[in-house]
Amino acid sequence: MKVMAAQQILAVVTMHKDQVAGQAPIFFVDNQVELEKIALYLARILMAAVHDLDNETYILVKH
Amino acid sequence: MEYLPTILLATSGGLLARWYMLRRDYRQYPSYPQGWAIHLFIGFIGALLGAIIVPSFIEQEFAAVSFVLLAASQFREVRNVERSTLENMEALELVPRGGAYIEGIARVFEARNYLAIWTALVIAILSELLAYNLGFRIVGSIAVGMGTAAMLNRWMRGDSIGNIGQVELVTVDFDGPLLVVGGVVMMNVGLPSVREVYLERALGAQIMPKDPNAKATLANIGQMQAIAHDVSSMVGVYMDVGEQEFTPLVRRDPDSGKLVLVMVPAHHNRDAFLEAISSVPVLEGAIRKPLLSTAGKMVE
Repeated sequence: MKVMAAQQILAVVTMHKDQVAGQAPIFFVDNQVELEKIALYLARILMAAVHDLDNETYILVKH
Repeated sequence: MEYLPTILLATSGGLLARWYMLRRDYRQYPSYPQGWAIHLFIGFIGALLGAIIVPSFIEQEFAAVSFVLLAASQFREVRNVERSTLENMEALELVPRGGAYIEGIARVFEARNYLAIWTALVIAILSELLAYNLGFRIVGSIAVGMGTAAMLNRWMRGDSIGNIGQVELVTVDFDGPLLVVGGVVMMNVGLPSVREVYLERALGAQIMPKDPNAKATLANIGQMQAIAHDVSSMVGVYMDVGEQEFTPLVRRDPDSGKLVLVMVPAHHNRDAFLEAISSVPVLEGAIRKPLLSTAGKMVE
């Protein structure tokens, strides 16, 4: 059986360095366009869903 | 061979009954012709067992009867085989069936073999009762066989979602990043491009339970997963491997007990979507009847 990380934050993409910390990989970006682009790329690579925390921070979660 | 007509009539009757019941499986379990070969053969064994019980009884061969009954217990294995096949395929489904649905399908496959045995047994008894005339025997067997198979099949037919709930379309909207369907928050959708796809192509529906029994039945997570699987296998789903945003979702409204389904179908056809939801079977393992209890009636 294949084991996969589920219900876990796989990566964080944010425009605000001071708002995020922790052990998940964090990607810092400068603007909204880049934010969406990086999040989409990561989502397709990790096969995960992108969720918006509404503070210019996206998290990628595997469900 | 004194009992040859009985055995032939009952075996073929049981086999035909199994074949008749197999035709209705096609949607749940589309794997013919191999699947048909397997189940028709197992059905044939069952029919033969049902057929030879009667001659063994008449000949007072009770040892033979016991052996036949022992052989019938082998059909339990059918359920295990079906379950393990479906479980192995589960990881490869875009929208999984869920354990409850698999259990239900496996149980149906096992039960239908017993129905084939019953049909064969009834035919064999009638055939021995009418042993004085070959014409009567054949006509009577055909009639009673068809009657038994139709009756058993009718009894075994469960409800579908359309019978226990009111299915209607609801709007699909966004509240910030939150996908809201019919007033129920479904999930957080991050990417604007995905939100656009939802607003353009998604369909949402609600299933309003008709009574407290239906409400309790619909609250089963296995039943929710079965709805998501069946609807997406009927109308097609607009997603690829790894695109988790487009996974069909079923959520429950705690206030009213209604279920809300949202999905991005491959074809934007509202009527087909509603028809697909209505025709999803109610899982045997999900059925709850709180109204049969005193406490359940008091709540109501």
